[in-house]
Amino acid sequence: FFSSPRWRCHLRFHTRVRSILKTQHLPTPFTMSDPESAILAALSASPEATIPDTYTFSSTHNLDHNQVVGVSKSLEGDAYVKLTELSTSFFVLGKEADSIVNDGSQEMCVLAALIEAGEGGLSMSDLQGLVGKDVCKIGMGNCLKNKWAKKEKDGKLVAVVKMEDVKDEVRELLQQLKEGGGDPKSLDDKDVTALKRRKLISLVTRKSYSIVRGPSYSSTRVKRAADLTKEMLDSGKWKETPFKEYNFKTLGESVGGGYLHPLLKVRAEFRKILMEMGFHEMPTNKWVESSFWNFDSLFQPQSHPARDAHDTFFIKEPAQTVLVPEEYYDKVKTMHEVGGSGSIGYRYDFKREEAFKNLLRTHTTAVSSQMLYKLANQKGGFQPARYFSIDRVFRNETMDATHLCEFHQVEGLVADYNLSLGDLIGTIETFFRKIGITKLRFKPAFNPYTEPSMEIFGYHPDLKKWTEIGNSGMFRPEMLAPMGLPENVRVIAWGLSLERPTMIKYRIDNIRNLFGHKVDLGMTKNAPVCRFETAEEEEQKQ
Amino acid sequence: MPTVSVERAALFAHIGRTFTDEEFDELCFEFGVELDEITSEREEATKSSTVKLNKQQIAALSEEVIYKIDVPANRYDLLCIEGISRSLRVFLGEMDAPTYEILKATDEKSSTMTVIQSSTATIRPFVVCAILRDVTFDTARYKSFIELQDQLHRNLCRQRTLVAIGTHDLDSVKGPFVYDARAPKDIKFVPLTHTDEEREFNGASLMEHYETDASCKHLKPYVPIIKDSPLYPVVLDSEETILSLPPIINGSKSRITLNTKSVFIECTATDLTKANIVLDTVVAMFSEYAATPFSVEPVTVSYVNDANKVVKSYVTPQMYTRKETASVKFVNSLIGIDVDPEPMAQLCNKIQLGPARILPEAGEDGPILEVTVPPTRSDILHAVDIAEDIGISYGYNNIVKTVPQTCTVGGEQPLNQLGDLLREEIGRAGYVEVLTHGLCSINDNFTALGRPITEAVSLSNPANVEYQVVRTTLLPGLLKTLQHNKSMSFTGGFKLFEISDVVLPDKEHVVTETVVGAKNARR
Repeated sequence: FFSSPRWRCHLRFHTRVRSILKTQHLPTPFTMSDPESAILAALSASPEATIPDTYTFSSTHNLDHNQVVGVSKSLEGDAYVKLTELSTSFFVLGKEADSIVNDGSQEMCVLAALIEAGEGGLSMSDLQGLVGKDVCKIGMGNCLKNKWAKKEKDGKLVAVVKMEDVKDEVRELLQQLKEGGGDPKSLDDKDVTALKRRKLISLVTRKSYSIVRGPSYSSTRVKRAADLTKEMLDSGKWKETPFKEYNFKTLGESVGGGYLHPLLKVRAEFRKILMEMGFHEMPTNKWVESSFWNFDSLFQPQSHPARDAHDTFFIKEPAQTVLVPEEYYDKVKTMHEVGGSGSIGYRYDFKREEAFKNLLRTHTTAVSSQMLYKLANQKGGFQPARYFSIDRVFRNETMDATHLCEFHQVEGLVADYNLSLGDLIGTIETFFRKIGITKLRFKPAFNPYTEPSMEIFGYHPDLKKWTEIGNSGMFRPEMLAPMGLPENVRVIAWGLSLERPTMIKYRIDNIRNLFGHKVDLGMTKNAPVCRFETAEEEEQKQ
Repeated sequence: MPTVSVERAALFAHIGRTFTDEEFDELCFEFGVELDEITSEREEATKSSTVKLNKQQIAALSEEVIYKIDVPANRYDLLCIEGISRSLRVFLGEMDAPTYEILKATDEKSSTMTVIQSSTATIRPFVVCAILRDVTFDTARYKSFIELQDQLHRNLCRQRTLVAIGTHDLDSVKGPFVYDARAPKDIKFVPLTHTDEEREFNGASLMEHYETDASCKHLKPYVPIIKDSPLYPVVLDSEETILSLPPIINGSKSRITLNTKSVFIECTATDLTKANIVLDTVVAMFSEYAATPFSVEPVTVSYVNDANKVVKSYVTPQMYTRKETASVKFVNSLIGIDVDPEPMAQLCNKIQLGPARILPEAGEDGPILEVTVPPTRSDILHAVDIAEDIGISYGYNNIVKTVPQTCTVGGEQPLNQLGDLLREEIGRAGYVEVLTHGLCSINDNFTALGRPITEAVSLSNPANVEYQVVRTTLLPGLLKTLQHNKSMSFTGGFKLFEISDVVLPDKEHVVTETVVGAKNARR
């Protein structure tokens, strides 16, 4: 069922053109008793002639009301008639109500049975046997409530009123309503509410129309052509043929085709923006990582809480890293244990087995550190660079409306001599201006591998409030020095999730509706193109 | 990120002035903590979905406004109201950072801790101690004291695995003290949890009790830390009174009350550096309430071998105040500011790096700034940490933005480029793109597809059964998407596609001189 024959696409194209040309449903075939001639005839008497209500009109002419409405609308489309919508509300009696009208209410049945039984009364089961289970249940309750009957100590029910003392109010009300054609005004509001509470009646609203002549009224309808045909052109008939008006409001038929996923549409835009800014993409197709690259190389201490099983998915098989660059490993170990390059280090015993634990990467920074290591050790030595990546990361987190165990991280970094925090702020601002976020604030924050670190807060034009939109910082010298980067080379970096801006852009409030197999394909089909208005465009408008 | 709850009125009383909620939020933002939530006990209980209280219980709760403040994970000195208010007062320029004084020990015996090295080395090798004299507790201070210990246990102490804090009423026990490890059956005492009924346990029966008793379930998580060890660590006084069974529980006899005057603090640990940080933090925060504020008495800790010979000895608390330096030029260059030497020294005072001064002799790079790092700032490892604090003091939002002049060319990964080209073509061919999870169950990845279970990367701690393995095929995601969209119109069929990664075990695959035993493959 994945196939789609070409001819069907062709056919679909054709019907779409037709649907633009035609106005509404075509009238049903013409016969003497057809609704169209009946309507036109009814209006023929004088210019002021009216059909006050299509519903009553249908029943007097023995026509189907839906058909009459359809034809009326079609006539209105050609301006033969003008319609005014009417709405009539009335009550209808349910099955139970009908039987009450015929046989009396349940409480009357029960009372009758009890009076019949006399002073001894009836036990529940006897009563049930006499009047039926359903009638017994409702009727007994109402009898007790109305104090028509009482329950003796032995559980038997005894009537305490005579038949002539009571009247069957429910039955009378229902009869009254039925005679009144269900008109809500035929009863007091209080009574209506009581009947509704017993679910005996329900309100129905009927749509119908009143009809008067339209500007193009004529007693017979000339059918107008929907399509211009080759024959009309050949014979010259097209000159006198009346054509239908174009209906540009019709949605037309689906054009088919496929659809890309909204999150990946946003990813495409972000990639474009970062490449425009001179960033080169990093190879992040590596989900399984060693703790060494994911944590240790970033100078994240081995006892850091992020390395708990509560936050990180560790790998059962293959559990251990096989090989790391040993020379670099030793430098990282030394930096953790005793410091160096101006740092006092963390002063603890660095454990190889901890570094060799395999895990699902918790951030793409695991790849960034490898790229920086390569940058420092490439042929010809260090060259300034701008890198970016957008890819999946994994966190063993509690899931909720905005958190999943997997999400996409956007990360950008610049490595060059003597970069400053001001450069980081400027770079972040350039990026966010390109997606239309101009007002930014920076909050001091803590991150084990960046110093200084800043949380990025943006005034979101869509949400109209300040919200945290990313994290950033300058990589610590303890991270860069073991890689062999020159001392005055600094690396500025920032990151954000791809899901959050996408959820804001597409107004999705639960991440499960965006990522995973529970996504509604209709959402993907209807998601508009993704385009971010840059700050410059925004400013020009003002 | 740890969250600290403080009563607003108490916090403002500590700071010595009041703020509107907006003003306080702004101050927090600039300082680098986050006012996460403004609430009250009653509001919290009303909102709580886990603990349902009845109306009367809720009405009995306080309506006192509570600030929930998120503090950075490395700032242990901000884990209690004392620390937060002190840091903010210094930041506002309303006080100088306190200097801590280590007094002479008034009582030799109380200030002695002997560690039996051979036994403790098997389970929990280190201990550090301190004494706070003439402390005045009240209900609020006492509560804060307990909460700080809880916060430290949760964060820095890694659920007591690295460090466990025990605090005791010094006057109820008799020094010198001993840190030993003994067989569980030989440890007999009334634990703090059973003070009222004075019920005595031995080590083994207590572990069993904590594992099963619902009223002690807060202690259950710590039981596995020592349960299976043949020896349990114990802190004892000279009369063999058990002060604590770390990292589980203290003894009842030495418990702290509102009337406690002298506090004996012991921190047992598997990590000595962290033990010192924890002890320093507790001392720095609560020595404020000593007769001489910010003063503490030391304890000499001596490790003895089996021959009862001292093999190692040190005095704690360290309360080590360091002098660190950074060149003014470096700080300016790193932050991207241009502050003269003297004003830079002034900025240091606002962030508890004072007193700061410019050294008389300039270095290669010009003037050199010398700051005083208080014992509470163990996070300062490098000159960049000093620079960051100066940046905060200067105000991140006052820094002039610049754009790096770095000349680079943008570009994409060939694999991603190819993938995107294919995605667009497949989309044009009428397929709807899906985006599914990389983790799935073994059943989804193999059995449900009618395939034999073969090698796949598996997780050791999956959050649930949906995350047993990393997928080796994209098919389960596509089929499950179909399953969840059954209600859609089938006219024209379903045409779905995904281009993404699967992960395959591979013992040879090398990336960055590293072999992890698996590789991604794009499908």
